[in-house]
Amino acid sequence: MITEILLGDEAVALAAVHAGLTAAYSYPGTPATEIMEYLIKAASKSKGLKASWSVNEKVAYEEALGVSFAGKRALVSMKHVGLNVAADPFMNSALTGTNGGLAVVIADDPSMHSSQNEQDSRYYAQFALIFCFEPSNHQEAYDMTRRAFDLSEEMGIPVMIRLVTRLSHSRSSVVPRPAREENPLHHGAWTDWTLLPVNARRRFKMLLEKQAELVKLSEGSDFNSLAVNEDDRSVGVIASGIAYNYVRENLRDIRRGPSLLKIGTYPLPQKLVENLVRHVETVLVVEEGYPFIEKTLRGTFGLPGKTIKGKLSGHLPLQGELSPEIVRAALGLKPLDRHKVAEFELAARPPQLCQGCPHADTFHALNKVLQDYPGANVFSDIGCYTLGAFPPYSAVQTCVCMGASVGMAKGGAEAGIFPSVAVIGDSTFGHSGLTPLLEAAAANTNMIVIILDNSTVAMTGGQPSYASGGSLLKMIEGLGVPKEHIRVIKPLPKNLENNARVIREEIDHNGISVIVAVRECLVEARKKRRSG
Amino acid sequence: MKQDIILAGVGGQGILSIAFVIDSAALKEGLMVKEAEVHGMSQRGGAVQSHLRLSQEQIFSDLIPKGEADLILSVEPLETLRYLDYLRPEGTVISSRSPFVNIPDYPDLEKILTAISRAGRHLLVDSEELAKKAGSSRTQNMVMLGAASRLLMVKKENLVEFIETLFKPRGENIVTANLRAFELGREEAGLLAEKR
Repeated sequence: MITEILLGDEAVALAAVHAGLTAAYSYPGTPATEIMEYLIKAASKSKGLKASWSVNEKVAYEEALGVSFAGKRALVSMKHVGLNVAADPFMNSALTGTNGGLAVVIADDPSMHSSQNEQDSRYYAQFALIFCFEPSNHQEAYDMTRRAFDLSEEMGIPVMIRLVTRLSHSRSSVVPRPAREENPLHHGAWTDWTLLPVNARRRFKMLLEKQAELVKLSEGSDFNSLAVNEDDRSVGVIASGIAYNYVRENLRDIRRGPSLLKIGTYPLPQKLVENLVRHVETVLVVEEGYPFIEKTLRGTFGLPGKTIKGKLSGHLPLQGELSPEIVRAALGLKPLDRHKVAEFELAARPPQLCQGCPHADTFHALNKVLQDYPGANVFSDIGCYTLGAFPPYSAVQTCVCMGASVGMAKGGAEAGIFPSVAVIGDSTFGHSGLTPLLEAAAANTNMIVIILDNSTVAMTGGQPSYASGGSLLKMIEGLGVPKEHIRVIKPLPKNLENNARVIREEIDHNGISVIVAVRECLVEARKKRRSG
Repeated sequence: MKQDIILAGVGGQGILSIAFVIDSAALKEGLMVKEAEVHGMSQRGGAVQSHLRLSQEQIFSDLIPKGEADLILSVEPLETLRYLDYLRPEGTVISSRSPFVNIPDYPDLEKILTAISRAGRHLLVDSEELAKKAGSSRTQNMVMLGAASRLLMVKKENLVEFIETLFKPRGENIVTANLRAFELGREEAGLLAEKR
């Protein structure tokens, strides 16, 4: 098979196709988006494979679980915070177990390049008591994903593949292996899959009993390796995932390196860890994300007679992603000679809304009205429009999680904020805005929800939206918002006065109002024109 | 033999297209490649960079260590300055001198160019002018790739091949403009080098 240059995300996707994947589901989110983009392309060329964007991560997970129930292989992918949305089916799927192999691919975003937090998904894998792979490079991303499907079927559990931004969005070569056939249809047993207490208790016991076997699998895995330096008992290093690369990048400079344990699977390979720790006085733990391994090693009371260095000891930063330089310092090496840099005041260039973006026109209208209401607050959501928080707009004051704007606007209104405004995109509304609006409509809360309908998921590159256009208007009405308070505006500079008037009228209405600002994303419109 | 390159510019300027062309050429020549990109939120008109590493041996880190970069190849002068501390002491800067102004506090261009000129081995290219000459102001990235092409460890003919591959879906005119941009950039670098 031919060597290909792939993104880390794409290496996972290709491996899933070669592993006999039947279906894949996801919701767009950086840095996981490219997994599904690749699978959708692959599905368009293959008759059997199904790959499509879901309405949100919870639905995606449940769809994948349905495929697994049917005995077939499924992949579900999402960014780290997406797993919070899918946490309910995720946690319970460890108890139902899997029938067909289920790979759960989670891409973490240390340094928050495009995220609200930098939570570490290895904790979720541990929480659910399942197996987790953490690749250090593209070939491993491919090989681990192939292995994940087999392991999921052998052990009857979902298996996580934990990626981080720098692997997801880095390209390198991958040598693929011959593809495998799809599984035949084979229904799961109701006694496994119906989590009534009587079944769930038995299933949980079974999951607990699998744990020792999972540790053994980890200990025997080729993805972990221990290189002991017999002559040096001072320092040993434990490095996981891409952190291993930063250690190796710097170890070129050491004539005789410290003992090094590479970790690629969880639960931790206990024996290998013990062998390293026994051999040395000081252990340096280098890992991307939270100090997960370091904490395990320390426990509550530490390891008697041993010094443990890492993020908790301050030798590495607790926040942000690692880099070759940061790891170099932790290894006690001098910085490389660098180019002399002239003193220069660098102006920052933050991301911003495109020239002519419809969101900008909505924000202008909203700002124009709200300057007359000093007590106003605009709760916002996740999407390009979150950039409305920056000047020159400074139009929104919150962004927490998918759909939070609507629930927070209701809470804010009930606490006395007037006017209380939510600003949410069409796809985010489809993801998590429907249920809080159902509630706000039932309570007829005095608030305004502005839905920015640009008919796409713009921030992640233009994936389809499920709550746009005519069907969006029907949904809003169906949720119980009075028809006369569902207003449609077209955000254009020439409509500024008219749009401001509509917003003002709905502020004057004492009850729930929804204003839908409809204009297509410019980037997507341009793409469509280009492809004819 | 290895080559570590920082590619810099502003979201939308086609940094990833430069990366694609060099990556593909390197793969064809049997080199190891690692290339870290920026996707997502930062792409919306923000500062973007790519760490591109080519080597005959195994490459570990996806990111280039500070002090290891052999070349900074930048489509925008202010962006060039952002990454100078990645450069090894004897490294080279090949930068556009055409500013992309989308922020209110964009510094004085002359001061930026002076700061780049102090960066040891450097080449400043009027990519905007040459791109227009090539037939499309959107080809500045290929002008800059052309300007750097003499220094790259991959062959010119392979770069040309993958420029064709990259732009083919957008039609013959776009391919021609980008190939022309590449040649103009390459020529300009030769002229500038001679002058010095």
